[in-house]
Amino acid sequence: MMTPNSEQSRLYHDIGVIDFVIVEMNEYLDTHPTDKEAIEYLGHYVRMKNQAMREYAMKYGPLRITDVDGCNETEWKWATQPWPWEGGC
Amino acid sequence: MWSYEKRLQFPVNIKEPNAKIAQVIMSQYGGPDGELGASMRYISQRYSMPYNEVAAILTDIGTEELAHLEMVSTIVHQLTRNLSMEEIEQSGFANYYVDHTVGIWPMAAGGIPFNSCEFQSKGDAITDLFEDMAAEQKARTTYDNILRLVKDEPDVCEPIKFLRAREVVHFQRFGEALRIVQDKLDSKNFYAFNPEFDKCKS
Repeated sequence: MMTPNSEQSRLYHDIGVIDFVIVEMNEYLDTHPTDKEAIEYLGHYVRMKNQAMREYAMKYGPLRITDVDGCNETEWKWATQPWPWEGGC
Repeated sequence: MWSYEKRLQFPVNIKEPNAKIAQVIMSQYGGPDGELGASMRYISQRYSMPYNEVAAILTDIGTEELAHLEMVSTIVHQLTRNLSMEEIEQSGFANYYVDHTVGIWPMAAGGIPFNSCEFQSKGDAITDLFEDMAAEQKARTTYDNILRLVKDEPDVCEPIKFLRAREVVHFQRFGEALRIVQDKLDSKNFYAFNPEFDKCKS
């Protein structure tokens, strides 16, 4: 369970905000596929998300399997840490 | 294929159980205008869709709906965990409890189990996109009804308001997709042929 206002909960919150931009831009671009500015905007947020997801995986455990490399884990935190529906973040 | 991220699209942290509220919100998981039907509708409609941009929006909204289904399930789970037997008996939850305990199972608020007749995949681009736009509005109306029934419960209302807002955005995107399809058809008769079945003369 994550402590509210901890560094972990702030990073988790930031990932949610960044990913919301990605979802919204992804769907926008599907029906506006020639909007170059929107493609660049999306790329910026994708880079930001990858960085935040890697940082989160290193410090607290992975939120997606593709961030597992470089974590030097001795425990499979993907399985042992709480699941999203348990709340607390 | 799909990959999973171990987080919710919008946070859900409900502290107090409330089986009455859980029973109405459950409809947005497995009810007639729920997120399960939404996701299956768009993902099923993709395969015979001849326009790539439209297949793209069906894929990406269909995927986002899976994240919404997870949010609704989480709300129901957090509203039904730690219920006492007394609360179960007094809140009208006994009929659900007897078959599912406090497990999550897709059904409408009135008890009708989820089935695929709650959505259509007609194999006609214009028919399907009108269905998709209507589906987003029906889900929006359901969220409005939930917000009228659930007052003074910010932990429940905030994620419901988020889900409601996404219905509005998706209505807009499907409207744009419909326009993309119509731009490729005969403007004097959009229904001259079905672009998912008949060969276009050019």
